Amino acid sequence: MNIVLRLAWRNLWRHSRRTWLTIGAMVFSNVLLVFMISLQVSMYGLMIDNTLKVFSGHMQVQAPGYKDDQKMRQVVHDVQPLAARLRRELDSETIAARGWAFGLASSAERSYGIGIYGVEPEFEPRVSNIPGLIEQGRYLDDNNASEIVIGTMLARNLRIGIGDELTLLGSGVDGSFAAAVVNVVGIFGSGVKEIDRNIAQMPLGAFQDIFYMDGAGHQVVLLAPDLDQAEFLQASVEAAVSDNGDLVVHGWDVLLPGLKQAIQADMSSAFFMYGILVILVAFSVLNTQLMSVLERTHEFGIVMALGLKPGRLGRLVMLETAMMGFIGMILGALAGALFTTWFTVNGFTYPGMEEMVSNFNLPGRVYPRATLVSMFAGPLVVFLFTLAAAVYPALRLHRLHPVEAMRTN
Amino acid sequence: MTAVRCIDLCKTYRQGDQDIKALDHLSIDIEKGEFVCLMSPSGGGKTTLLNAIGGLDIPDSGEVWIADERIDQMSKGQLADLRLANIGFVFQAYNLIPVLSAQENVEFVMQVQGIPAAERRDKSHAILEEVGLKGLETRRPAEMSGGQQQRVAVARAIVSRPELVLADEPTANLDSKTSAELMELFTELNEHHSTTFIIATHDQRVQAYAKRLVRMLDGRIVGDAEQHAA
Repeated sequence: MNIVLRLAWRNLWRHSRRTWLTIGAMVFSNVLLVFMISLQVSMYGLMIDNTLKVFSGHMQVQAPGYKDDQKMRQVVHDVQPLAARLRRELDSETIAARGWAFGLASSAERSYGIGIYGVEPEFEPRVSNIPGLIEQGRYLDDNNASEIVIGTMLARNLRIGIGDELTLLGSGVDGSFAAAVVNVVGIFGSGVKEIDRNIAQMPLGAFQDIFYMDGAGHQVVLLAPDLDQAEFLQASVEAAVSDNGDLVVHGWDVLLPGLKQAIQADMSSAFFMYGILVILVAFSVLNTQLMSVLERTHEFGIVMALGLKPGRLGRLVMLETAMMGFIGMILGALAGALFTTWFTVNGFTYPGMEEMVSNFNLPGRVYPRATLVSMFAGPLVVFLFTLAAAVYPALRLHRLHPVEAMRTN
Repeated sequence: MTAVRCIDLCKTYRQGDQDIKALDHLSIDIEKGEFVCLMSPSGGGKTTLLNAIGGLDIPDSGEVWIADERIDQMSKGQLADLRLANIGFVFQAYNLIPVLSAQENVEFVMQVQGIPAAERRDKSHAILEEVGLKGLETRRPAEMSGGQQQRVAVARAIVSRPELVLADEPTANLDSKTSAELMELFTELNEHHSTTFIIATHDQRVQAYAKRLVRMLDGRIVGDAEQHAA
């Protein structure tokens, strides 16, 4: 081994207790960082997946402007053939056509304004969790049947149940009056209040008849195998519909900007906390290295007298710090991964968590998963700040004068 | 050929309210291959003169020349290069790097000089054998006696065969036998390699080995005479 490396390594262990204490601070912060970042990333993944799988999908094909102003006439023509073509061309079954209308749903006793979705009974279960969340009755099974599924809260509010009739009133795509009576065949419970209170689904064929859609709809919903593949899928979809200038493809972050903003806000506050933690560790390293440099002033004077330039001494101090930081990074990342893995198996929760995360459609117990990024992102930042903290002690050596340094005891 | 030339050197230190003249218009020429002893009572200015010659301290006025180079106007980096390439230092308190073994201490300076590892190893083995430390290469300073540590310090100072060796009280912490061995070693190097030695000491035993005795008092040279070495 190179003598300078050897020297740096042995200098590190001159005061092993102090070195271990500093490394301990790094390891502690790194374990926290690995766990917190793993938990955060896992929760964001869950938030996104759960929210998207409930209804919106990873992306949607719509008419331009529909996203911002959901007017009935901003339609996707021949929506079912388009969905079928995309399924064929992209070799994916997780694609379904939908129509949407605002309407008044009336039972014998009450009326509520709701969002009525026309869906393809065969394909909707592949892009949405709602068909699997039926608590009473059954899901839709005939594309042209006059039937509907509604959320638990809406059923409670309208005081209706399975087999009851529901009257729908609204406007057709041409502005004409639309009305129909449909049978309630199923009641779903997603756990998301907004969905369970305000949404109903009916077969797309019947929906098109009621609202005079003439084969049109408002969106084709696509679900990627996972979030990582959504971007690639979106590019393929855009290419597939590029021949039709009346269509646009929106990703989940555009469809649900609130979700993205919530994640960004959470990340900002979390990173602020992480920043404080990292700075505290950096100060601990600064203290250690300053002490280390001060107590070796005499020795540094000697080696300067022998012909070593201050820059080389500075590099020696940086090398010592890099070694210490590297040990802290590796031990911290490994310990953090182990710590996180325990929660991967057993789950992580705390009192009150269930209520807090239910707004994001999250379960009350989260199973964080350590990835290479979550294992090393935080420790790498700690390592870099550790190096930065050693710059000042290293620069102090430039002011050292050999004779004065050698007089220091 | 002149190895060291000092012209009208002045250096004043402030100690409390007092100004101490460590060098007072001092001039001296030392030829290559000389073996010079600087003698003075404590505070006579010999260490300050050594430091000025070694580029460790800059005089307030005057000129210091090493061979053909004026060094009192050099930058810190240039002085470091000069010391690394041309000057070997032996200090009173050995001043070895405590976490390195005897061999590593000797090799350290060579590594800084950029000498390849194999050559470093060979040279360090040879020089440690020459100073009588064969078999102690792997010992760290704390595991060696004062005499052994000083020999390592000497080996470190001379391993690169510098043209000039500056030694400040090299025998101060050594017993008489070890002192004699060290001075024999210096004499041998001086005679066989024409290395110039300037030794600051007030040890009467050391001056017996010198070919030239320079007596200092209050920063001035008060006596300068050649003598037949022991």
